[in-house]
Amino acid sequence: MRRFIPVLLSAVTLGAGATAPAPTSTLRAGVLSPAMPAPSLALTGTDGKPLGLERFHGKVVMLAFGFSNCGEVCPITLATLAGARKKLGAAAGDVQVVYVTVDPERDDAAQMRKFLGSFDPTFIGGVGTRPQIDSAQKSYGISSSKIVHADGSYSIGHSSSIYLIDRTGRLAAVMPYGHPVDDFVHDLKILLRG
Amino acid sequence: MSRPFRITLLLPLVALLCALAWAGFTPIHVASREKLFEIPRGTYARRMAGDKVEILPAKIRLTLGIEDILLLRNLDEVPQVFGPTIMMPGQSFRLPFERAASYQFVCSAHASGQMTIEVEDEPVMPWERIRWRVRQWREKQAG
Repeated sequence: MRRFIPVLLSAVTLGAGATAPAPTSTLRAGVLSPAMPAPSLALTGTDGKPLGLERFHGKVVMLAFGFSNCGEVCPITLATLAGARKKLGAAAGDVQVVYVTVDPERDDAAQMRKFLGSFDPTFIGGVGTRPQIDSAQKSYGISSSKIVHADGSYSIGHSSSIYLIDRTGRLAAVMPYGHPVDDFVHDLKILLRG
Repeated sequence: MSRPFRITLLLPLVALLCALAWAGFTPIHVASREKLFEIPRGTYARRMAGDKVEILPAKIRLTLGIEDILLLRNLDEVPQVFGPTIMMPGQSFRLPFERAASYQFVCSAHASGQMTIEVEDEPVMPWERIRWRVRQWREKQAG
């Protein structure tokens, strides 16, 4: 019997390891602990469907906020996210990018679809009315401010982090702006294992 | 100069040189690479009452390879926004840094609403280690 105890313990340990979530302490992103359910989004997706995050359960979601007229931050963020999906190969099928506009006055579904599609056709945009967008921003702690130029046009300064939501819909981590593609690939692999 | 007087003069000098040699040549080891800051319970209520209390320092200094992970705990009763994210009551946020730079973050725990994080390269030269240790000692003295 004694010789079976170590075998039994090993089996239990291996079994536990197989079902335990991946350790988020090794992520390159900032980790929220304990991870809590990601705030829901009462918005419309650029695919025409409601954008409740529950529809993406089972996938890892990369959620960010921006606008289609953004000339600096958003194109870099979106190119990085597209690059990360490309590097993941087949596993990218389990990763969904959701990009919510902070400029509902100019960004309708068609505009966002065109903008996001130039980076990756699988990206889904989030659009809605000003109150709906304000509510989404508040629940994620997103700040934005309008900067009016001399010619009357405007741009928007906004928070530019990327929220990483695990397969069970929990807001697991936040990647600050500026991280390279490889950091996303590293963290996505860990979250996909979870 | 009498011999006892010379010895009295030399001993502190030797001790100082030994201390500098230790501080400059001994690699820096810390128990944890995390630098912890807590947002205490009642912060929001105090601020709403007009108290401009500063809970966290306006500038936080981190050092790559030694103390390069910022750990924030929200012990307040309301959510707090720290730069890239919102922290719910009871939640903590662990943010590692891998590049030396100055980072500006929005932070609702600050009266100014802003927070700066200075991330420095790991001190490898003796004088850099001495400077790092002196600064750590000063920070500890300041509480």
